[in-house]
Amino acid sequence: MKKGSAFFSVVARVEGLPIAVVLAALYLVFIILTPQVFLGYRIYMSFFQTVPPQLVLALGLTLVITAGEIDLSFPAVVALSGFLFAWSFKHGLPPWFGFLAGLAGGGLVGYINGVLVARVRVPSIMATLATQFFWYGVTILLAGGLQLDIAAVIPTLAHTIFTGRLFGVMPTQALWAVGLAAVMWFILNRHKFGEAIMFIGDNAEVARVMGINVESTRVALFTLMGLIAGFAGLILTSEINVFYPTQGGGFLLPVMAAVFIGGTSIAGGNGVIVGTVFGAYIIGSLEAGVVATGVGGYWVQLVEGLVMAASVILNIVISEGGVSVLSRAVRKWTVPDRPGSS
Amino acid sequence: MPDNLGDTSAPLMATAASEGRAHDPTALGMVGIEKYFGLVCALRNINLEVGRNEIVGLIGDNGAGKSTLVKILTGVFPPTRGELSIAGRKVDWRGYSVLSAHAHGIETVYQDKSLGEKQALWRNFFIGREITLPFGFINVKREKEIAQEIMLSTIGFRGKGITVDSRASKLSGGERQGVAIGRAMHFEADLIILDEPTVALSLKEVRKVLNFVHKIKEAGKASIYISHDIQDVYEISDRFIVMDRGEIVASIAKKDISLKALDEFLLEYAHGLKDKEQS
Repeated sequence: MKKGSAFFSVVARVEGLPIAVVLAALYLVFIILTPQVFLGYRIYMSFFQTVPPQLVLALGLTLVITAGEIDLSFPAVVALSGFLFAWSFKHGLPPWFGFLAGLAGGGLVGYINGVLVARVRVPSIMATLATQFFWYGVTILLAGGLQLDIAAVIPTLAHTIFTGRLFGVMPTQALWAVGLAAVMWFILNRHKFGEAIMFIGDNAEVARVMGINVESTRVALFTLMGLIAGFAGLILTSEINVFYPTQGGGFLLPVMAAVFIGGTSIAGGNGVIVGTVFGAYIIGSLEAGVVATGVGGYWVQLVEGLVMAASVILNIVISEGGVSVLSRAVRKWTVPDRPGSS
Repeated sequence: MPDNLGDTSAPLMATAASEGRAHDPTALGMVGIEKYFGLVCALRNINLEVGRNEIVGLIGDNGAGKSTLVKILTGVFPPTRGELSIAGRKVDWRGYSVLSAHAHGIETVYQDKSLGEKQALWRNFFIGREITLPFGFINVKREKEIAQEIMLSTIGFRGKGITVDSRASKLSGGERQGVAIGRAMHFEADLIILDEPTVALSLKEVRKVLNFVHKIKEAGKASIYISHDIQDVYEISDRFIVMDRGEIVASIAKKDISLKALDEFLLEYAHGLKDKEQS
């Protein structure tokens, strides 16, 4: 009897575990359906290559959503920072300069978002919707609508460090993304800044009367998001060795989905970094996985929708005191009710 | 472990306490405080003193200016003019903020915005005043130890199944106010302002809150207790301040008036004003 409730309370308490279970179940299904693909290491290396930009974005967005805000402008930052990197490299500047320029561009966009939201008091969904269009526009103008081929970046040290292959197989961007996830976990859960973010998302008035500077925390948060989006743009551009003006355009919804699948509450006040990591991998491997099983490309979105809905429902059931409901249900299934026992 | 706890809280107390305070008989003094919002006068000629171990009940109808007064005291915004001294020291309005009010030993317990609902209790105790390691990281272990200590000894928490890791939303309304009061006492507040702490609570929960307020008096601290409920105010206050339309209209010591007389006084006052309006 006790086993059921203990199991569920452990699953609920360990951060991100429910969604890790979903990821494991998903991969199990893929392995059963297409063992020739999912028992090899290549498919996972390919995920480690393609998922990191979205994972990095989702990590930043987790903090933004925890603070009760939203940032829709990060896809434009992915394009802008990629352009700054590619353009400066094309013009003979060293790659590290391009990296700093990309980060600085992202930070500037984020800072402007923060000022609009915190000081001018534009709701973040409107402010960042506007800046999203604006910075895509700027990027397209600067690039003249053209893509930039930077294949020459491959032999450089910066490329090796950020998007090289460790031992010839392991994409280094995956390590950077996981490292960033660890840093973000500590910032959110163990740092004053993260605590301020949680209290602001929970109830900004409480945060204010307890002496937190709500406005400057919001500005810092959006600036951090801009920096992170800039970094995502850099590893994307460096990985594919090409900048194109619409890059990042398809990231908005998958990245948001990764955050919500991971268990971060849309209401704010509570962010789950570990969940976001697994959420990003679920989102990033669904399409390839479903296609590999051979059911056909038309099924991809349907399965994606199902998995997302199931994950979010699971998180809600577990977080909203549903643990006891679940464990009671399990008890019912395992031990028949005796009259008078309830 | 107790030794350890003593060590950790000592520096905190040192930041909150200041040497000069002990000699001044008043916790707080206000002279000629006025507050205008644009052309609207919210407070007029407020003169008020609170003794070092005095519980002052602040009574007044909605819109009497109680909340405005509290916000000035707690550093949310400055008054248009007037002086505030805390423990005999004049406050400089420039740079007076929530944090500096805390540093001066003024803590506030609000009706509904004292705790972050989704946050663990240990975080709620230290929010805005974290015990930190280098680089601003939180010393979670120490915060939890001290939070545990506050819950057990200062506020005598015996709530079943409630630990420092519980989220604030798991607590009853009275228990939440207990956490807020315990927090204020831990940070060595000399004056604890309770702003309608019992609104929307059941009678049993109100009882809990009143017991917590008694602990403030026992600890030798001062308090301003704001409430609509005359009975609550009467029970715990040493003196009553009645406000109306931005002014203090009466200051009555508890020994000079019975609950019934106070109630009648307030009623008469309200009627008197109505008559004045009609004439």
